[in-house]
Formats: sequence, structure tokens, C-alpha cells
Amino acid sequence: MIQIFAFYIFATVCIASAAMVIFSRNPVHSVMWLILAFFNAAGLMLLCGAEFIAMLLIIVYVGAVAVLFLFVVMMLDIDFAELRAGFVRYLPLGALVAIILVAELVFALGAWNAGAIDMAARAAPIATDMTNIEQIGAQIFTRYVFLFEASGMILLVAMIGAIVLTNRQRAGVRRQVIADQVRRRPEEATRLVDQPVGQGVEL
Amino acid sequence: MTEFFQSLGLSYEWAWGLATVAGILLIALPLMLAVAMIIYADRKIWAAIALRRGPNVVGPFGLLQSFADGLKVFLQETIVPTAANRTLFLIAPIITFTVALIAWAVIPFNSGAVLADINVGLLYILAVSSLGVYGVILAGWASNSKYPFFSALRASAQMISYEVSMGFILIGVILFADSFNMNEIVKAQQGHGLGIVNAFGFNLLLFPLAIMFLITALAETARAPFDLTEAESELVAGYQTEYSSMSFALFWLGEYANVILMCALNAILFWGGWLPPLDWAPLYLVPGFVWLLLKIAFFFFVFSWVKATVPRYRYDQLMRLGWKIFLPLSLIFVVLVSGYLMLTRYA
Repeated sequence: MIQIFAFYIFATVCIASAAMVIFSRNPVHSVMWLILAFFNAAGLMLLCGAEFIAMLLIIVYVGAVAVLFLFVVMMLDIDFAELRAGFVRYLPLGALVAIILVAELVFALGAWNAGAIDMAARAAPIATDMTNIEQIGAQIFTRYVFLFEASGMILLVAMIGAIVLTNRQRAGVRRQVIADQVRRRPEEATRLVDQPVGQGVEL
Repeated sequence: MTEFFQSLGLSYEWAWGLATVAGILLIALPLMLAVAMIIYADRKIWAAIALRRGPNVVGPFGLLQSFADGLKVFLQETIVPTAANRTLFLIAPIITFTVALIAWAVIPFNSGAVLADINVGLLYILAVSSLGVYGVILAGWASNSKYPFFSALRASAQMISYEVSMGFILIGVILFADSFNMNEIVKAQQGHGLGIVNAFGFNLLLFPLAIMFLITALAETARAPFDLTEAESELVAGYQTEYSSMSFALFWLGEYANVILMCALNAILFWGGWLPPLDWAPLYLVPGFVWLLLKIAFFFFVFSWVKATVPRYRYDQLMRLGWKIFLPLSLIFVVLVSGYLMLTRYA
């Protein structure tokens, strides 16, 4: 009873906020609606009993990705008139993407209704005595270990690529080197001079 | 508590609902009281270190100072700047306050005395603490003012940076405890040090992590020396500049609730939580939550002490500490801890 109630709340709010992402005029509001959609998706995953993935969704998407979106959107000065001028120009492409998406959704639903996939033969039979995290770990580090490591390598390459693209070495920049500062002794920095009267100081 | 309500003749669902509401009230109301007292304690400790008296007028020893401040703030007018984005401006403090409260759902106060005893407790804490940044960012943006905006940018960069190393630090604890559940983590610390000390902190592999976690906690809660978000010498009051009355008070309450949460996390993850410091039978006669409160009080004293003695970091120093020191160091400790456990526990 509570679960059904929760499911309909999460599902409705999720779809409504996803729609508001597109319809709201202020881009910052759009990102906020997107965050609400992420939250409700996480709630739906909790209802499926996938608490680990739900938490990861919040940590990664809400906690990091959406913050970066917000960062960018807040810094940009978006001109709405210009955006609307581009609307007609990009309409054919957008329509094409929309048609493909709808076609895929219809196709997927049709396949789901046909029910041809043998669920007994799927990759991960669920052992009920393990927690969610242990199940995922057991699958990732045994059966899918090479795929897992390959995705790790791809991410590493992407990270290095991003660093290489944004890194620029400027000559003549004076940087603070903390070790040098700590290593510095009074003898290097100060000098005691017995100064005769009437003469200048040698610096 | 669900059983108690069921014994009154309620169905399971109603009993569960009532038990949860009662549990929330049992945590949230004392927490608000604790926040009021801890603000007072903060001012008193800070005053003592600066050789001042601190609040000493309202009530005996000034104990009621926070309540007087709260009442004063409550009676003031809420001012919304005309150029502000009204909805987000008012939502921002509510987000900060709510997020600071909901993290307490998984904090164990005694064996089994926890509102939500979930398997992913520590991940939940990470998820919730990563949400805290939204209150600050939204406040900064919605104020439509320069200082709050700078503060919001700083806050978001700071919190994201330190969350990364915080995650790695927690992995060390998780590996030793073999669980994400907060209660299990506390129980795993029983007799961990030489069979007598109830703490992970005295483990040579985990002690550096405990220190790093304490510093990361300071950065996550934007306390001194990492309080760049409200650096009064450059940003007036940071993201709170345009706020007044209750919306300001909500920031204040949320901030201190977060500080107590971080103190509690320090106590739970590294120093035995609700377990007594030594695994010795007479010490177990003292209820668990008393030990937890004592440990929280100790860590709060450390937080105040740091605030009173350490000068504020510069922004680039903050980023250097987070990315160039804590991140590699915590990564090395993930390798060390897992290597040690593979040698000893899983050999």
C-alpha cells in the first residue's frame, strides 16, 4: 500500500519535473527541475530494492554532475531571443531525434510485451542472502572484470585527454613552493650589519 | 518502537508510520536544542581563548543567549531584495536546514537505536552531505548580488574538492568494518586496538585517515580555517549577505547541525561511536548515547579550538590541500589498507 503510493508519487513527480526541465524559461530553474527528476528516479530505484544504485545516482548525478551544470548555467549569460531564433533552424534535427526516440520506446515496449527473453538465462541470478553492494561487487569483479577494467581505462584516457586539452604552460609564472618556504632559515633571509655612522647600507 | 504501537492495536503500516514520526521528533527536537547550546558553547570557547567573557548576561552564565537570539531573529522582518529570484531565494535556506537534519536518520545513538538502519548508511551520509552545497549555491545565485555569488562559486568548488578525498578516506573505514551500515561500523570497533580499545583511530593504518577526516570535516562544513565562503574581510558575509530574519537563522541552524553531524561522524567512524573508550565491562553500564555525546562534545571543542587559533586559508592553498595532498594521500591509504587486509584477514 505504502509502496504503491510512493511509486505513483515518485513516478508522477519524476515525469512532471522532467517536463519542467524543458518548459521552464530560466535555465537555472531547469537544472533545479532536473535535480528533482534525479531524486525521484533514485526514489524509484529504492522501491526496486536497488539502494546502492539509488545512492550512487544521488552522489554522482546530484552531488557532482548537476553542481557542474548549475555552475556553467549560472555563469553563462543566456539570451532567450537568440535561443528562440535558433529554434526553427534546429527543428528538423530535433524532430528527427524525437522520432527516433519515440520509435525506440515503442519498439522496446513491444519487445517487453512479447516477453521472449528467457529470464532464467540472464547474467545475474539474484542471491537473496547477499546485500545489494555485495551482489554488484561479486558480478563486477568476477564475471565482468575485464569490461569493468576497460571502462576504467576509458575513463582514465578521457581524464588525461581533458587535462591535456586544458593545460597550458605559461613561462615566467612565479608559483608558491611551500617546501621552499618551510626550508628557508633565518640566515638566508636576514643579515646582521654593524653599521658605522654616516655611511649607507650595502643591500 | 513499531512493536509498541502495534501492541496498541494498530495495523503494521500505521504503527510503522507513527514510530517513524516519533523517531524523527526524538532526534530533531533534541538536535535543535543541541544546536542552540553548541552555538553558545562555540562563543564561550572562542571567548575563553581570546581572554574575553563571552555571552554572560541572558540567564545563568548566559546559557539562554542562543534562545534570546533566536527569538529576536524570529520577530524580525524577512527582507527579499527586489532583484532577487524570489522562489529560489527563499528555498535556499530551507534546503540547507533540511539537508542538515535528514543526515541524522542513519546516525546510531546506541546499539540498534537508529531511525533508519539501512545497509548503505555511509553512502547515504555521502549523498546527503553532497546536497548541502545546493543551499549555498542557490542562495548565492538567487541573491543577485556580487559577494554572495563569489561565495557560492567558492563553496561549490570547495565542497566538491573535499568530497572526493572524503570518499577515499571512508573506504579505509569501510574495508576494516566490512560494512556500509553505521551500526556495523561501530560494532566492528569493539576491542579493535589490542583487544581492549574500542576505536579504529588507534590503528596505525587508520590514524592518519582519522586526522585527514577531521580536517576534511572542517572543510566540508566551511568552518575556520576553511571558511572562505563567508570570509568577512573580503566577501562581507558571503552567501548570507542578503539574508535576514528567519531565512538567515535557518542557514545558521543548518550550519551548526552540520557541524554536530561531522563531529558525530568523527566519533562514529574512528573513535568507537556509542561504545565506551575501553572494552571493559563496568564502562558498559553507562548508556551508549552518553559516550557518543561526550565524543561529539570533544570533537566540537576541537572544532572551536581550531576556529580560534588557525588563520584562514587562501583559496589556492585550500585547493592545493584538497587536490594535491589529501587526494593522493587518501588514495595511497586505500591501497595500503586493502593490501594489509588481503595479507591478514583474507589470506
